Amino acid sequence: MRRILATIKMALRALRRNKLRTVLTMLGMIIGVAAVIAMVGIGNGAKSQVEAQIASLGQNVILVFSGSMSRAGVRSGWGGAPTLTIEDADAIQRETPGVTVTSPEVRTFTQTAAGNENWYTQVMGESADYFTIRQWPIVSGASFTEQDVRSANKVAVVGQTVAQTLYGSEDPVGQIIRIKNAPFIIMGVLYPKGLSVSGQDQDDVVVIPYTSAMKRLMGVTTVRTIVVQAASPAQIEATQSQIIQLLRQRHRITPDKEEDFTVRNQQEIADAATQTTKTMTWLLASIACVSLLVGGIGIMNIMLVSVTERTREIGIRMAVGARGNDILLQFLTEAVTLSVIGGAIGIGCGMGVSKFISVRFHWPTLTPVVWIGAAFVVSAAVGIFFGFYPARKASQLDPIDALRYE
Amino acid sequence: MNAVIDLRDIHTTYHTGDVDVHAVRGVSLEIKPGEFVAIMGASGSGKSTLMNLLGCLDRPTRGSYLLDGMDVSKLDRDELADIRNQKIGFVFQGFNLLSRTSALENVELPMLYVHRRPGGREQRELAVQALETVGLADRSDHHPNQLSGGQQQRVAIARALVNRPALLLADEPTGNLDTQTSMEIMGVFQKLNEQGITLIMVTHELDIARYTRRMIVMRDGRVVTDAPVTQRFMAEEELRHLREAQQAVQLAP
Repeated sequence: MRRILATIKMALRALRRNKLRTVLTMLGMIIGVAAVIAMVGIGNGAKSQVEAQIASLGQNVILVFSGSMSRAGVRSGWGGAPTLTIEDADAIQRETPGVTVTSPEVRTFTQTAAGNENWYTQVMGESADYFTIRQWPIVSGASFTEQDVRSANKVAVVGQTVAQTLYGSEDPVGQIIRIKNAPFIIMGVLYPKGLSVSGQDQDDVVVIPYTSAMKRLMGVTTVRTIVVQAASPAQIEATQSQIIQLLRQRHRITPDKEEDFTVRNQQEIADAATQTTKTMTWLLASIACVSLLVGGIGIMNIMLVSVTERTREIGIRMAVGARGNDILLQFLTEAVTLSVIGGAIGIGCGMGVSKFISVRFHWPTLTPVVWIGAAFVVSAAVGIFFGFYPARKASQLDPIDALRYE
Repeated sequence: MNAVIDLRDIHTTYHTGDVDVHAVRGVSLEIKPGEFVAIMGASGSGKSTLMNLLGCLDRPTRGSYLLDGMDVSKLDRDELADIRNQKIGFVFQGFNLLSRTSALENVELPMLYVHRRPGGREQRELAVQALETVGLADRSDHHPNQLSGGQQQRVAIARALVNRPALLLADEPTGNLDTQTSMEIMGVFQKLNEQGITLIMVTHELDIARYTRRMIVMRDGRVVTDAPVTQRFMAEEELRHLREAQQAVQLAP
């Protein structure tokens, strides 16, 4: 133990002798490790954000899209072909035991206006249960009712962005919003949700009864999506297959044909979304690893120079009784000290960068402790790996030649 | 008394390119404890090779070498390193101190490689003692570049002594020093020898060799002369003569 401490002390002294060189060599490690840590931090932050977003879709949600996923040849994707109807939604509600509530959904983008202001926004037609499913509370006023849906009343609930754009500081509840020139009465204002994973403003939305949207705005008889909520997570899968069965029956799809709808549960959507961020994280991390590799090569380079420069010192040490292993250990310790100090600084810098990004760009970042430990271990490993060759070279010098070296 | 060094028919051959250099051709030599030996010879005479062999930096191609009663001619690299650490102290022509390292730490260096290392404090004390022996205790925190050549060579001698070796080897120890400093260094050696330390010194200067007790002359890889030194110089006396001479020069108008 004492021997190791003495060796580390010796290494630190040797590194102090050439401060600029040491700092520059460390810089390679610092940048590499900092890049890894920052990338992982950003990637993980994005992942946790996606997960939170998916969770905000609601609990135990199953989505039924009209149209099927493209398989062989050309197929229209989700929502491509209008095949789902309100009756399908009613049937799901009625005949699937695991379902608590459903909401047929249509969406359109259109111009809205109030007073002198106007705003192009997304109008979503939903049932009154939609806000429950999505766990999206109303902060002022109230939701529209089932009665409103049945009568296709011209009522609306607006998101924060729409409220602020059209009404400024005024309370929009009870005011008129003109959607495609049709006047709707605003019943309530939604709780602010912020940006979605893809950077969309989720508050830039007007929600109206799906009946009103279909009849009064869009003139369609089919819905884009049916949002279904299962009673419990355990029932999701069973409910999902029941829905598929039910809809196949209703749409008269023979067993040899593909479905003209797509059923996805929340977990599948979450997986798809996190898969993207995971790929991004790995991509970024592998780029960062390349810079770590470069840092390691820098260490090897400088250690080789150092061994050559200190050939005479090695000769002296051997003459007074240093074994090959003593010399090997000395130079290896030097390389590892270099890389570990660089790594530690790099971890600090990387976390600093993460912090800066999260504060400056409001990007959530998250650096797991495991990764900090891993970065530390990896920097030590880089030191050992890239320091070994120069150290071995030093340890195999012939003492007579080394002493004679000018 | 057992010999410190017992060489029997030592041969060394080097392969440089296509040519085999037969540097040492059958040297047999016995050196007893407390001797002070000068090995002399022109360059190419094989004296440096012999020195490397004696110092366990190299192994003979043929022959046996008993150092302090132990056969070291067949040892491997690590074992030779241990022998150098325990039994041999080196003093070089170019001092070979670690730069940017204090005199004291330079002296401590051999103790870093002792198997059962003394504690930090004990190590320091031993190093200070060794520096006291060569009269440099007051310079222990100086770095080599703050010391004169003579002082640096004293530090090197202290380093050679610190592990209490059986043998002190000096390779042209005065080669980089002026006359007066050379005398001083020889004085240190003579004093150490009087304390019972065995010394072997390679030199090509006859003047320096005459401070020793026994002179070995080599030529073409063989010992050609091996005789006790007659008319031995004593460093103290010679230094006094030198000072008188200098004074005489200064006093002269």
